[in-house]
Amino acid sequence: MSPCPLRLLGLATLAAAALTLGCKPKDAADGTPASTTIQNKGSDTMVNVAQVWAEEYKKAHPTVDVEVSGGGTGVGIAALIRGTIDIATASRNMKAEEIAQAVKNTGKNPKEIIVGYDALAVYVHKDNPLEEISTEQLSAIYEEGGTVSKWSELGITLPSGQDEIVRVSRQSSSGTYEFFREHVLHKRDFKLGSRDMNGSKEVVELVGTTVSAIGYSGMGYHDPRHVKMLKVRTHPDRPAIAPCVATTIAHEYPIARSLLLYTLGEPQGELKAYIEWILSPAGQHIVEQSGYVPVPPAK
Amino acid sequence: MEPTRPDSGHFPVRAARRARWAVAGERALELFIRLCGYSAIVFVLGIFLFVFKEALPILTKEEFTLGEFLFSDQWYPTSELNKRYGVLAMIAGTFSVTALAMVIAVPFGLGAAIYLSEFCPPKLKETLKIVIELLAAIPSVVWGFIGLTVMSKLITQYTGAPVGVNILNGGIILALMSVPIIVSIGEDALKAVPDSYREAGIALGTTKWQLVFRVLLPAAKNGLLAAVLLGVGRGVGETMAVLMATGHAVHIPGGILDSVRTLTANIAAELGEAPAGSDHYRVLFLTGVLLFTLTFVVNLVADLVVRGIRKK
Repeated sequence: MSPCPLRLLGLATLAAAALTLGCKPKDAADGTPASTTIQNKGSDTMVNVAQVWAEEYKKAHPTVDVEVSGGGTGVGIAALIRGTIDIATASRNMKAEEIAQAVKNTGKNPKEIIVGYDALAVYVHKDNPLEEISTEQLSAIYEEGGTVSKWSELGITLPSGQDEIVRVSRQSSSGTYEFFREHVLHKRDFKLGSRDMNGSKEVVELVGTTVSAIGYSGMGYHDPRHVKMLKVRTHPDRPAIAPCVATTIAHEYPIARSLLLYTLGEPQGELKAYIEWILSPAGQHIVEQSGYVPVPPAK
Repeated sequence: MEPTRPDSGHFPVRAARRARWAVAGERALELFIRLCGYSAIVFVLGIFLFVFKEALPILTKEEFTLGEFLFSDQWYPTSELNKRYGVLAMIAGTFSVTALAMVIAVPFGLGAAIYLSEFCPPKLKETLKIVIELLAAIPSVVWGFIGLTVMSKLITQYTGAPVGVNILNGGIILALMSVPIIVSIGEDALKAVPDSYREAGIALGTTKWQLVFRVLLPAAKNGLLAAVLLGVGRGVGETMAVLMATGHAVHIPGGILDSVRTLTANIAAELGEAPAGSDHYRVLFLTGVLLFTLTFVVNLVADLVVRGIRKK
């Protein structure tokens, strides 16, 4: 049913790329000029794509090591504020107070670079008959004081007979968590008692093994063997929109967001070259292969 | 000190005196081991002071009350509108998982200890002890992984729970982790009961079971209690395995198939993002102080109980 077959292809190539890299013998470190290490930390949504960037870039520039780790956007931004990393990947914008802290701590202004887009997809189990959901229903399920807690209240009967909605959410350091809170719950708080997963992948995995679950995660983690992405509508009169590349570029899908990099000050030297490469067709091709939406070429 | 023997030959004085460097060396060594002994106090106090110092500023803030911290289940550390720091749900989570783990681990662990010490043939005993020690050496992340993958599937399959990561899962994993501790300390305690007790019992014509229940268990009471309490300590302090196996949901559980979050897992999951010096950061350290106090109370109670028993 997915209108975006590109994603599957992307995952397959990603896996293949990881495999070939894994088998390649390590380059001997003799006689090579001094190598640079770029520390990259943050968004869990982007950790896969950042990993492939790092591996592909290493092939072309053997002297540059990019070390990638996840933990959540909040963790990456906290590390950038402390000045311990070069690039923070983020699936939400830095807040004003975070920028102020970074300036205070490091004396440099964080620079924001958009490297792609993601439709924040709402996932249910593949056996769930639900096909679409409104943003209003989403906030009634997720927000504090929200009234919907059973599938029957959405007019759904699950094949397993369970009725309780198992809400799958993210830990509070996640950019996806904050984006969802800001754009779906309109800054209101989450209902307590959701299962707060530590990664984008874990959300999709738990939804894939739990018939009565609903969860949100990046579109790059879609796995049609276990889960289904819901179409989302903002208004009863408007059509429900499926999350995919075309609808995200056209700004039709309501909960799409930018994938960002933050550096301290204007990037210099190797760091600058790396970011330029990410924005080049080669780097953007990887964004697309990982299941996300590349930045449209400048007009 | 060696007294000088009255009839120790021609050089009684020289025989009793030792080289100055040997005396000094001995003193230095004594000082060193004394410092090693005291260091435990220094470390415990140092850690407590550091954790407490990081937490202290939040206690003086007006919008923060200790009552809300301890007795509210509203945990919204990053809210945009209304930040609330209540850890009651996490306290309930920690206690429910630990209690379930003990319900499973204590009979199992003590049973294994009694079997090993009293019933087991010597050759099998050596093998079993090695295997149990291996069980204790499994890292907690591996246990957590087993909980997340194997146990959670079994639980959803057999109990019909919607989600397999819950109190039952965390309790079983934690029980498996504390059993080796309970077994090895419990077995030591039973072994320490003098054989004369056993001989006296047998001479009076007791059966093996009467011997175990009427003689050995009462005699080894203190050691067995210590074994159980160390197991409890393990349960309260364990982080990684419960983080992965309990489902990480902030709410007060209504049954053993509910997901919960524990105090330790909450610190582990959130300290990385909390900006140093922020309220959120300080509240997490205050949670650390709370955990410290909890384990201190458990140890103190254990100590008092053991002393009370000893007096009788």
